[in-house]
Amino acid sequence: MIYEAATEAVVLFLLFVGFTLGLSFWLGRKAQSSAGYFAAHGQIPWFVNGIAFAGDYLSAASFLGICGMIAFYGYDGFLYSIGFLAGWIVALFVVAEPMKRLGKFTFADALDAKFNNRGIKFAAGISTLVVSIFYLIPQMVGAGVLVQPLLGFDHWVGVLIVGAVVIMIVVTAGMVSTTWVQFLKGSLLVVFSAILTWMILERGFEVKSGGGDGHEFRRISVLRQDIDSPGPLAAMSGWDVLPRDGSWAETKHEFVRLKQADTGQVTAWLVEETNNAANVTLVEAQTRVAQNGQPDLVNGLEKGIKAGEPQLHPVGWVKSLPDGQQKTGPLSMPGFFRTMQQSEVVVWRNEKVKAADGSTTTVYYPKTTPGSEVLRPGEHPKFAGIRGDDIKGKLNFLSLMLALFCGTASLPHILIRYYTVKDESSARKSTIVGIASIGFFYVLTLYLGLGAMTSGAMDVTDSNMAAPLLAKSMNTWLFAAISAIAFTTVLGTVSGLILASAGAVTHDLLSSSFGWEMSDHEKVRVAKISSVIVGAIAIVLGILFEGINVGYLVGWAFSVAASANLPALVMILFWKRVTSQGVIAAILVGMVSSLGWILLSSDTFETVYGLPAQDAWTPFTQPGIVTIPLGFLTLIVVSLMTKGHQSVETA
Amino acid sequence: MESRNARLGLQLFCVYLLLYGGFVLLAAFSPATMETTPLAGINLAILYGFALIVGALVMALLYGALCQGESAASDSAAGQSANAKGASAASTQEDAQ
Repeated sequence: MIYEAATEAVVLFLLFVGFTLGLSFWLGRKAQSSAGYFAAHGQIPWFVNGIAFAGDYLSAASFLGICGMIAFYGYDGFLYSIGFLAGWIVALFVVAEPMKRLGKFTFADALDAKFNNRGIKFAAGISTLVVSIFYLIPQMVGAGVLVQPLLGFDHWVGVLIVGAVVIMIVVTAGMVSTTWVQFLKGSLLVVFSAILTWMILERGFEVKSGGGDGHEFRRISVLRQDIDSPGPLAAMSGWDVLPRDGSWAETKHEFVRLKQADTGQVTAWLVEETNNAANVTLVEAQTRVAQNGQPDLVNGLEKGIKAGEPQLHPVGWVKSLPDGQQKTGPLSMPGFFRTMQQSEVVVWRNEKVKAADGSTTTVYYPKTTPGSEVLRPGEHPKFAGIRGDDIKGKLNFLSLMLALFCGTASLPHILIRYYTVKDESSARKSTIVGIASIGFFYVLTLYLGLGAMTSGAMDVTDSNMAAPLLAKSMNTWLFAAISAIAFTTVLGTVSGLILASAGAVTHDLLSSSFGWEMSDHEKVRVAKISSVIVGAIAIVLGILFEGINVGYLVGWAFSVAASANLPALVMILFWKRVTSQGVIAAILVGMVSSLGWILLSSDTFETVYGLPAQDAWTPFTQPGIVTIPLGFLTLIVVSLMTKGHQSVETA
Repeated sequence: MESRNARLGLQLFCVYLLLYGGFVLLAAFSPATMETTPLAGINLAILYGFALIVGALVMALLYGALCQGESAASDSAAGQSANAKGASAASTQEDAQ
């Protein structure tokens, strides 16, 4: 895929970052005390705070991950949208007002309001740190993913830039500047997504046979016997069939490799059965070969870096429209889905083939899919379980949806935003504004994703780039704007996370748990130092985790947050017999069990350790459905067991 | 005031929980139902999904409207006193420096 560094993109990007930093320094003058640094003196207007919720919440994963997942697999990505939004209902109806009433700076304050117990502060502080760092990884990876095509830097440079800029924002002005950055980014994201959606609807669908670069993908009818033996291909003179040696004989789909006699270029083709057993259709696929110490090959040629040099072709198009139409023209919002439902689209899947010489070939092949299948849940491999008979697949799905529902109200960086407004009424109103803007955005994600799927601009190797590439298929300025916004998206979310972590270290761990005596001024200084340290950790992790899908990493962060924090948060509000030991135990058990589950799951085995998935210890990958109830159970049991102690202590 | 808001919040929460639970269970145990197109040629998965998002907003607005009616006076009073406290705390902190 070609990403020439566009001058417009660089200019817009620098403007954004420059403006953001300028704003930070300007606002930073006002925030010297710890009340100002951590909670913006509680003086943020509720409307601004509400949009900042959106800026905080709509992370790189929401924007890039969900759009990418919809663009590649259809409806399944939208399940995340639904779950992410539903979580706000828990936040508004159950958590918002008590959080505001009980706490001061961090959510540990609220948990601990009744007990004044060091252990609770410690446990809550640790869980804040763990959840925030878990959530930081996909954000930093997303930043690297964005900078690479936008500015032409390597992944690690991108991560480093984001890290440095964010640390600067957080250190200069804390919550005040973070809030305004998030406000700015939240509004821009929603507005530009709306513009993009409008352009998608105006453009409508058009039948094509290739992507935006004009390359038409070929289909050749051949005799089965021709491709079963190596040698010249009868149907195409000058093309040789290569022997199916090594792992090429064991692929899940049937591929055949053809070599052009004159140029020596090797291409891969998917073998499609026809009604007649003697005939097959060869469908042009794309390949990328990663070899040790040598440049990558794309479609048999050395991968270029400049325009015009060999690259993978951009993909994603409509194959047929209802009633034999060629072009729809502008569509209405419901008409968009109605048309898609009856169309056929070409989406791309891939399969990896390892050769004996250590090189790995990834074959990307087209799959013609009816629109009705694209618009139903269960196409993504991670969700395919709901179509099977195995109860584990269904439990995995229920578990994820439960974690998304419970996770939002347990995310520390969202919870601290309740301390930036003046009272409970403002907390409530800003949550409603947040729900409105976030909900509007999530409705748009389905249009953006499906628009990207049919834009002819998709990069087969990277689903995270779907939204910016969709914009690129419209025009370069829009690409620049969307990329710059996606980048500020990362900035906004990462600053919120780092601030939440710094607050946890300063208040919950150092000051409350270890009993450091600090003046107000020192607290701010300590928080700034911890921001730098957490920021540095985030940079390192962002570089290490390059190439991991940003979407589902966030799902894990939600699972850990929900398992560790939600039981304590909810039970303190609704059950009078909670004891401090119960709270501590619930947080620790929830955190350790969900983390452990994730680390022992098949996903982690496969993508992180590189071990076979079937060796994993856990029956399915998403922990929520087991570990969230476990957290509640622990809290109740331990509270009942320690009932006596508590009354003695308080007396 | 707090208890009334909390009770209202819980009631609305339960309503939404049923809606969301219905969606998730339907998707998990009867994915074929999600593929049917009951309205305007759009399938149930999209209709239900959009309804969950719009429903969340409607219920949030409803909650906001019902809470405010009763507690506006006490809220603003509490807000002002909290403000005053915040301001005095901030000024003492600055004095101390």
